[in-house]
Amino acid sequence: MKKKALATMLVVSMAAAGLAGCGGGGTETTAAPTEAAAAEDDATEAAAEDDAEEAAAPAADGELIRVGIINNDPNESGYRTANDADLKAMFTEENGYDASFAYSLKNDEQITAAQKFIQDEVDYLLLSAADTSGWDSVLQDAQDAGIGVILFDRTIDASEDLYLASIVSDMDKEGETAVNWLADQGLDEYNIIHIQGVMGSAAQQGRTGALDAKVAAEDNWNLVTQQTAEWNSEKAQQIVQSVIDAGTEFNVIYAENDDMAKGAVAALDKANISHGVGKDVIIMGFDCNKWALEELLAQNWNYDGQCNPFQASYIDEVIKKVESGEEITEKTIILEEKGFDATTITEEDVEKYGI
Amino acid sequence: MKVKNKQIFIPLAALLLLALFNLAMDPSFFKISLGNNSAGDPVLTGYLMTILDYGSEVAILAIGMTLVTAACGGQDISVGAAVAIAGSVILRVLVGQGGDGTLQAPIIVAFLIACVVAMLFGAFNGVLVAIFNIQPMVATLILYTAGRSIAAWINNNELPIVTDQTFTYFGGFIPGIPVPTPFFLAVVCVVLILLALKFTNLGLYTQAVGINASSSRLNGLNPTFIKWLSFVILGLCVAVVGLIKTSRLSTINYSVIAKDIEMDAILAVALGGNALSGGKFNIMASILGAYVIQFLTTTLYKFNVSSDALPAYKAVVVIILVVISAPAVKDKLAAYGKKWKKQKEVG
Amino acid sequence: MPVKENAVLEMKNIHKSFPGVRALDGVDFSLCEGEIHALMGENGAGKSTLIKVLTGVYEKDEGDIFLKGHDKAVAIRSPQDAQNLGISTVYQEITLCPNLTVAENMYIGRGKSKLTKWRKMNADADRILENLGIPAKANQQLSDCSIAVQQMVAIARAVDMDCKVLILDEPTSSLDESEVEKLFGLMKDLRARGVGIIFVTHFLDQVYEVCDKITVLRDGRLVGEYVIEDLPRVKLVAKMLGKELDDMEEIKDENQMYKGPDERVIEVEGLQSDAGIKPFDFYIKKGEVNGFTGLLGSGRSECVRAIFAADKVVAGTVKKNGKAVKITKPLDAMKNGIAYLPEDRKRDGIVGDLSVRDNIILAAQVLRGFFRPFSKAEANKFADEYIKLLEIKTASADTPIKSLSGGNQQKVILARWLLTHPEYLILDEPTRGIDIGTKIEIQKLVLKLASEGMSVTFISSETDEMLRTCSRLVVMRDRKVVGELSKDELTQSKVMETIAGGGME
Repeated sequence: MKKKALATMLVVSMAAAGLAGCGGGGTETTAAPTEAAAAEDDATEAAAEDDAEEAAAPAADGELIRVGIINNDPNESGYRTANDADLKAMFTEENGYDASFAYSLKNDEQITAAQKFIQDEVDYLLLSAADTSGWDSVLQDAQDAGIGVILFDRTIDASEDLYLASIVSDMDKEGETAVNWLADQGLDEYNIIHIQGVMGSAAQQGRTGALDAKVAAEDNWNLVTQQTAEWNSEKAQQIVQSVIDAGTEFNVIYAENDDMAKGAVAALDKANISHGVGKDVIIMGFDCNKWALEELLAQNWNYDGQCNPFQASYIDEVIKKVESGEEITEKTIILEEKGFDATTITEEDVEKYGI
Repeated sequence: MKVKNKQIFIPLAALLLLALFNLAMDPSFFKISLGNNSAGDPVLTGYLMTILDYGSEVAILAIGMTLVTAACGGQDISVGAAVAIAGSVILRVLVGQGGDGTLQAPIIVAFLIACVVAMLFGAFNGVLVAIFNIQPMVATLILYTAGRSIAAWINNNELPIVTDQTFTYFGGFIPGIPVPTPFFLAVVCVVLILLALKFTNLGLYTQAVGINASSSRLNGLNPTFIKWLSFVILGLCVAVVGLIKTSRLSTINYSVIAKDIEMDAILAVALGGNALSGGKFNIMASILGAYVIQFLTTTLYKFNVSSDALPAYKAVVVIILVVISAPAVKDKLAAYGKKWKKQKEVG
Repeated sequence: MPVKENAVLEMKNIHKSFPGVRALDGVDFSLCEGEIHALMGENGAGKSTLIKVLTGVYEKDEGDIFLKGHDKAVAIRSPQDAQNLGISTVYQEITLCPNLTVAENMYIGRGKSKLTKWRKMNADADRILENLGIPAKANQQLSDCSIAVQQMVAIARAVDMDCKVLILDEPTSSLDESEVEKLFGLMKDLRARGVGIIFVTHFLDQVYEVCDKITVLRDGRLVGEYVIEDLPRVKLVAKMLGKELDDMEEIKDENQMYKGPDERVIEVEGLQSDAGIKPFDFYIKKGEVNGFTGLLGSGRSECVRAIFAADKVVAGTVKKNGKAVKITKPLDAMKNGIAYLPEDRKRDGIVGDLSVRDNIILAAQVLRGFFRPFSKAEANKFADEYIKLLEIKTASADTPIKSLSGGNQQKVILARWLLTHPEYLILDEPTRGIDIGTKIEIQKLVLKLASEGMSVTFISSETDEMLRTCSRLVVMRDRKVVGELSKDELTQSKVMETIAGGGME
C-alpha cells in the first residue's frame, strides 16, 4: 500500500511540474499560506490607507483616481516582488491614486477580488491574471459599471473590447535580442549548452524559439545539449556537470533565467573552466536580478536579458490618456526590454534595472 | 545475518545493473581525473565524483527517513521544504538582512541554529504523527505545503548571497582535499548514526515500535516518544543537507531548493529493501540506495534525458520495486529459485 | 422442509472445517417463531462460525438449512442471499454509516428507488421507528444517536427488511444497564410479533432475563438444546465448560496449599481502569500462585491489566511490600518487579519480525536503559540460556519469532519476562492455543517458580488448569469480583457455582 502511494505521488509530482518564471504561467505549491498572509497584509494596508486618505491633502485636481489592482502573489518570484513594489511606488496618493491590492495565484480568487472591486466602484481595474480564461463575464460587469480594465504582464482570452489596454512583455523579442547579441560576438563556432525553463511557459517558448531558429539556420551554431532545468539552479548545475564530465567542448551557456545561469557557473568553477568577458565560456542569463547584474559588472557573466517588471509607468500613462479624453489607439503595448552587455553595463544600470 | 545480506542485495544488484549498463554504453563514464578548480585547488572530477557529491545529500536524508519509516510506518514528504527552511535560517544568520554578503556570524553558529530550527519543525511533524496519530504522509503534507513560504518569510523574501569563500567549502571542496565535502559530511552522519545504533538501543526500540507498538508499550517502551524522536533525528539530517545545498550556490531559491528530494530519500529507503510499512530496517542499505538513485540520475543526465522526465524514470524504478516485493511475486520467484536450484543440482 | 411445527429455521448436521481446525462438527440448531434463543459457548465453541454459516459469510461443508416457507433446503452463499431470505444480523460493532441519517442507514443497499425518494423514505422510516418505540428521528444523523439507539436502528433496518430470523451478536457489550433494558424491551416486542431471535452474549444474567431457550455448543459440537427453566445457571456453566457436576468434586491436592509467609508482595485497593471494570481489591503473597477466573469477558484480564497499568488506571492504590507505589505506565510496573504476559499473544506479546533473541531480551533491555544496550555476547548468552531452559524449538536465536509455533512463541515471551527476574509474574492465558505438552510444561514451570519465591497470577479459561496450579482463586462475573475461593472451596462445582451466581437450585 505504502509503496503504491509513493508511486502515485511520484507521478503526481511529475504532473505538477511548472514554476512561474518571468511572465510565465504556473502553479506554486506554496501558494495557500502566503496568500492568507498576503490577504492579511492587504487588509491592514487598506485600513492604513483609509487613515492616510483623511489626513493627506488630495491631489491636484482634488479627486483621487481609485484603482483596484489584482496581481499574483509577490512571493512567487523576485520578478513578481519587483513588479509589486513598482506598482506600489507608482499608485500613491502623491501621484493622485487611491489604490487597493489583491493577491492570488488562483483564478477564482482573483475573479472574486475583481467582483469586490467592481462593487466598490473603483475607476480602474488593473489585472495580472493567473489564468488566461474565465474572465469574460466579470470584465463585462466592469465595463457595464463604467470601470476601465487594464491588463498588465499577462494577456487573457477575452474580447479586446473588454479592456482598454494590455501591457505585456514580448518574450519572442527577448529571445531575439539575446540571440542577436550572441551573433554579434563573432565566434568562429558556437557550441551552446542551452538550459531551458519549465517547458511550455511563455518565457521558455520565447527564449528558446529564437535560439532554435538561429541554430537551425547557421552551420557553425551547435547545441551541445538542450535540456530543461525547470528554472532550478541545482538542476542546471547537474546538467552542466554532466557535460563537463563527458568531456564535451562548449563555449556558450544560454540559460533562460539567472538562477540556472548561476548553477551552470558553479559547475564551471568546480572544473576550473573560465567564464565571462574574454574567457573561455560566454554566460548568458535572463531576468536582470540585481545579483546577476553585479556578476556582469564583475565581468564573470557576459549578457543578461531583461524581463521588464516595471510596468507601472506604462499603466499610469494609459490612465492619464483616458482621463484627458485621448483615444487609446494601440490596445497591446509592448514593454521596452533591454539586454545588458558586461562590457557596457554601469553601476547605475545595476541600481536602476536590477530587481 | 542472512536477512541482512538479502536486504542489501537489492541496492547492490541495482548498482551492478547500472554500472554494467554504463560500462557497455560508454566506459569513459568511470573515468576520474584530477584537475584544479577555479580557486586553484586540486579536485577530482568525473561522473563517479558527481555521484559521490550529489548522492551524499540523499544519503544523509535517507538516514533520518529510514528511522521515520521504521518507527512510524510512513514517510515524511516535507524534507525538501524543511531543507529550504534550514538553508534560509543559515543564510539569515550568516549575512543578516540587507547585508553585503560578508559573514555576520561564524558558520558553525549559523549551522547550529539551523539544526535547532530544523529539529523543531521535525518535532512538529513528530507531534502530529506520534501524539495525534495522523498518517505521516498526511501530517507532513502541512509542512510540505507551507515550508517554502516559511523559508521565504525567514529572509523577508530577499535572496541573500554569501560572498565569503569558506562557506563554499561545505557544498564544494576544502582546499587541498580533492574529494567533495558533502561526501565527508555524509560519512560523518553515517558514522554518528552507526555509533548511536551500536551504543544505544535506538535500533531495537525503533524496530520494536514499528513492528508492534502495542506490544512495545507493554514492554515498557514509549512508542509515542520513539516515533517523535525519529522525526527529530530526521530534522538534524535536514539541517546538514540545508548547509550543503546553500553552500553549493552561496544563496538560496526558496521555491526550487531541494525540490523533490523527499522522493529520492523515500526511494532510497525503498531501494534499500526496507519495508515502507515500518519495522525492521537496515541503514546501510538505505544509504547505498541513495547513491544508487544518484547513479541513476547522473546516468540519465549523461544520456541527455530531460530533467522533467527524471521522475518518470524513477517512477518506473518504484513500480519495479513494488512489483518484486509484492507477496504474490515473491512467492513465485522463490518457487522458481527452488526449481532452478534443483535443476542445477540434478544437472 | 421444517421438521418441527412453527419452526422458522432448522439447521441440520452442519459441518465446517478450516485448515487444521474442525470448527463445526455436525451441529443441529432450530429456532421457533416468536422465541429468543440464546446461543452459548466459550471461545472456540463454534458460535460465530455457526452464525457466519447462517448469514452466508462462510459456506458450510456439509449439512442443510431449512426455512419456513421453503420446501427444500435453502442455499445461502452470500450475506445478500441471507438477507433476501429474511435472515438479518446485528453485530457487536455497529456496521452502519455514522455520517448518514437514520433513514438513509435503514434503506441503503436496498435498491436505488427508496433512497432517491427521500421524502417517502423519511416518512416510512419515522413510521417504523415509532412503531417499534425507538427514540430516533428519520432525518437525524446516525452519529448523533447513542450507541444503544444506533443498535436499535440496525434492528429496525433488519425488521423492515421483513426478517424472519434476527441474529443479535453480542449487542449489549457496549451498552449501559438502562440501554440494555431498552434493547430488551425491543427484543420482547419483536418476539411478540413472531420474529425468531438468536441472541449471542456472554452475560449470563441477560440470558436468564430475556431468553426462552438455550443452545450450548462446545468444541464445535452441539451439547444440547434446553428450555431455560430446565437449565439452572450452574448447569449451563458446566455444559459450557464441559464438566459434569458429579465429576467435579476433586480432592484438593495438599501440595498446593499455600504455606509461605504472610507477606503481601503486591496489594491493590479500589483499583479501576478505563477498560470498564468495577473497582476491585486484590493482594498476592510471596511465593503464592493465585488466579482470576470467570467466563470470557467477565473482566479477569482487565483486572491484571490494571495492575500492570496496561490500561489507563483511573482510581485506586497499589502497595508493594507494604509501601505505596505509583504505577501509571507499564514501565513503572516493570521497575516494581511486575511482569505481565498478555492474553493476546499476537497483538500484545510478540514483536513479529524481530528475532527470537531480540524478543527475549526486549523487556530486560528496556529496564536496563536506552544508553546501556546489551553487548552481542550478552544477548546471545541470555537467548541461548532461555532457549535451552524452556526448550524453545527454533532454528536459531536469529529466527524471526513469527515463524515459530504458538507454543514456542509463548515460551519466548515467558523467557522475556523471566529474564527481568520479576517478583510478581502475571500470566494471562499463557496456555491458550498451544499444544497439550507445552501446557503442562508451563504449569509445571509456574509451580517451580512459585516454590522459588516468585508470586504468580495465573489466568486460564480452563478451570482445571487453574485448580491444578492455584492456591486461591478470585472469581469474576460481569466485570465485578464476586468471590474468592481457597482451600476446600477449590473444586470445579464450587467455582462454577460462584461464576454462575444466583444460587443453585
